[in-house]
Amino acid sequence: MDCRVKPGNDNIMKMPPFDYACPATLSEAVALLASGKGEAKALAGGQSLLPMLAFRLAQPSLLVDLRKLADLREIKISPDGVRLGAMVRWREILDDARLRSAHPLLRAAVVEVAHYQIRNRGTVGGSLAHADPAAEMPGIAVTCEAEISVAGKSGRRLIKASDFFLGPLMTALAADEIIVDVRLPEWPPQRRWGFVEFARRRGDFALAAAAVFYDRDGNAKVCNCHVGAIGVADRPLRLSSAEAVLNGSSVDDERIAQAEAAACAAVDPQDDIHASGAYRRALIGTMVERALKAARAR
Amino acid sequence: MMKSRFEVNGKSVEVEVEPRLTLADCLRHALRLTGTHVGCEHGVCGACTVLLDGAAVRSCLMLAVQADGSKIVTVEGLSNDADLTPLQKSFRKHHALQCGFCTPGMITTAHALLSEEPDCDAARVREVLSGNLCRCTGYISIVEAVLDARAAYKNRATERG
Repeated sequence: MDCRVKPGNDNIMKMPPFDYACPATLSEAVALLASGKGEAKALAGGQSLLPMLAFRLAQPSLLVDLRKLADLREIKISPDGVRLGAMVRWREILDDARLRSAHPLLRAAVVEVAHYQIRNRGTVGGSLAHADPAAEMPGIAVTCEAEISVAGKSGRRLIKASDFFLGPLMTALAADEIIVDVRLPEWPPQRRWGFVEFARRRGDFALAAAAVFYDRDGNAKVCNCHVGAIGVADRPLRLSSAEAVLNGSSVDDERIAQAEAAACAAVDPQDDIHASGAYRRALIGTMVERALKAARAR
Repeated sequence: MMKSRFEVNGKSVEVEVEPRLTLADCLRHALRLTGTHVGCEHGVCGACTVLLDGAAVRSCLMLAVQADGSKIVTVEGLSNDADLTPLQKSFRKHHALQCGFCTPGMITTAHALLSEEPDCDAARVREVLSGNLCRCTGYISIVEAVLDARAAYKNRATERG
């Protein structure tokens, strides 16, 4: 069956016009992006970019579809940590039994990503490049001190997650750069962790979320505590004041209450249509408290 | 204009479309498969859910050109002419639809879920259907219909061995 949708049939065109390319290699993809002079966009799973196009919030001249780049679809687990290719979909993380022990915090966060159908399409690299301040993956990358490997016209470079997110939907990626993978450092098996988020409706963007983990030293005291906050600033944050409260402690209720207070004091969320700043500030404290209690109970 | 070749409900098709045409609009307007409903057009309501190589996806969040080389099943592909399918029967039995607008997305999503997880519990059904909006039923009857259809999918899994 052959079908043609005639040009000019504008009544069914939701999105602005753009050209489309589906390169077979990373170097071709980079060259295509570079040819767009800042007006080209990489298309991964499309679960954030296509809504932006539907609202005409983005009007790229060219979409470079990365779906044929098989190298970007690998999940590599080694003693050094977990490498997620940029085109790894949420569903593939959830289906990979190895990650339950290799990175349980990652898995717990991905469980909370959007809805079933979106998890079948959405990708790790797409979420990082989109950089929504309330998204789980950027929060996990920052909390875990991940590095993001990118390829561009002038070669490859590694960007620390803490340097990658510059603001809402803004990253350190140059116009010709494509995320290749994200590298999460080694996860010791004894590590305690918790991930808690709150949204009004299951699968919606979090109003706030907390990702925490810590190790324990020879005296069973907390060390290497990491507290990440999602949805309370223009980018994901580490809350070093809350971490300082916890390091050296035994995570009793009093310390958890202090960490909760430190978390609330460390953020300055703005009012928006979803929640007031005061509500979000209180909520991140509760999220940190619950995540710490979950970590302690593991 | 670009060509995109894919399979829809077992038939090969070739369409020539603008890159900006969504798969949902391509199915409805070029292929006249209007069972796939378009509600929000930005990935919130789930009415446009189709199966892409077996996985439930939102066809408004895909371009028709991205479907090149894939196998699509729409709600039409989940029906059969002679009789209602067990999932459809269960929707009727439990009054799991009122206006019916969301139903194609509910059916395609539930079919994917039950094919993958015929033993899923009510909490899992609710979690999965959280990506599909229904403004009529209040969901209770839909969840009951999906749970009641599990037996048919379990039998099917047994038959396949």
